[in-house]
Amino acid sequence: MDAIFGFNWAGVVDFLPALARGLYYTLLVSVGGLLIGFVLGAIAGLARLSRFKIVNWIAIIYIEAVRGTPVLVQAIWIYFALPLIIKYTLPSVVAGIIVIALNSGAYIAEIVRGAVHSVDKGQTEAGRSLGLNRHVTMRHVIWPQAFRRMIPPLGNQFIISIKDTSLLSVILVPELIFQGRLVVANHFNAVEIYTTVALFYLAITLTLSAVLRATEKRLERRA
Amino acid sequence: MIIQVTDLHKSFGDHEVLSGIDFTVADGEVVCIIGPSGSGKSTFLRCLNMLEDVSSGEVVIDGHSLTDKKVKIDQVRAEIGMVFQQFNLFPHKTVIENLMLAPIKVRGLSKDEARERGRRLLGKVGLADKEQAYPGSLSGGQQQRVAIARALAMEPKIMLFDEPTSSLDPELVDEVLAVMKDLAREGMTMVVVTHEMGFAREVGDRVTFMDGGLLVEEGTPQEIFTNPQHRRTREFLDKVL
Repeated sequence: MDAIFGFNWAGVVDFLPALARGLYYTLLVSVGGLLIGFVLGAIAGLARLSRFKIVNWIAIIYIEAVRGTPVLVQAIWIYFALPLIIKYTLPSVVAGIIVIALNSGAYIAEIVRGAVHSVDKGQTEAGRSLGLNRHVTMRHVIWPQAFRRMIPPLGNQFIISIKDTSLLSVILVPELIFQGRLVVANHFNAVEIYTTVALFYLAITLTLSAVLRATEKRLERRA
Repeated sequence: MIIQVTDLHKSFGDHEVLSGIDFTVADGEVVCIIGPSGSGKSTFLRCLNMLEDVSSGEVVIDGHSLTDKKVKIDQVRAEIGMVFQQFNLFPHKTVIENLMLAPIKVRGLSKDEARERGRRLLGKVGLADKEQAYPGSLSGGQQQRVAIARALAMEPKIMLFDEPTSSLDPELVDEVLAVMKDLAREGMTMVVVTHEMGFAREVGDRVTFMDGGLLVEEGTPQEIFTNPQHRRTREFLDKVL
């Protein structure tokens, strides 16, 4: 027990402002990245279902490129390589949001495609037979049903992406683990700080899980 | 003729399901299509509103050729109600919302107008008290009656029925047939693919027997059921009657 309680846990309080700053950036990059990632994923997912071959192929290339490379490599490439091509240095937080958006978007695209595909074909036929066009049928008949089925896998992806934001410390996004390492470098309290950082992540993901479960229940009650 | 089909062919890959069908329906007529499973009758019905695209031949509905690439298919479909074997109600919408969606989006009705029309039709199919229910809480017979009301909410000129009672428990069949009989009596043009021979005999102006992707025999219910001319018609009726 001494191995755990022998450390200066009370001292962690002094570093909470620094860690809170890290938490702020972790949340900023997560929320920003996932919001854009969801839009991107919805577009790419629907593109995968498009009648037009070219649209379909563009989506496939995007999805495969992202899924086939590590997030860490994507982050480093966007922050350190891309600026040399576009002659513009992205702020690290912006680069971080782009990485999370692009990365989660590819996985969300597959979630969207699967969910839309899983809605019974009879639903589309019923909509079209009433004279609804493709767009209205998707928007009012298929999408709401598909969206419910997306919630569990989306929750999974959100949690993965939130944890992935810790990799953004290598491109200098001042998020949780980045702040933690700064503190430890000066105060040598690795056990206390890194444990606290881990608990912060756990708090975020557990909260998200609870929200998703509640959302799912609310939607279930109606159908 | 409100429906005119000429030399209709339909293949799935190498398999020809419809092998040259000529078919007409007059305004206000009730035509029942009977025949064994796999005879192509559902596929044929689905060609009448282009849920299946046809391989060759022509389908003309109320003067619009559906096989013409320039036809505005959504506008023609708005005039053709369809009722499916599996009901296909929208499970995420209440009963009244099921009825309101298309009149609002396609006909441009206001919400109030669509709701009023929906209520009137729910009353007609005997489900006025179910307007706030979700389809999942209704029996099969109730769901199918809602589906009929949903199609009627578009005030179509033609109603297509694709085996509307085939997935219902036996005791729920009559309530659906009763609604269809009312509709026929009011003069709705109907094409009904069915296994309900009693309905075909009683309500049909004309009965068409399909087998092997062809219209084998057509006639009044009297002619088909009491004096079938074709051997395959006789064999089929012997089995089902």
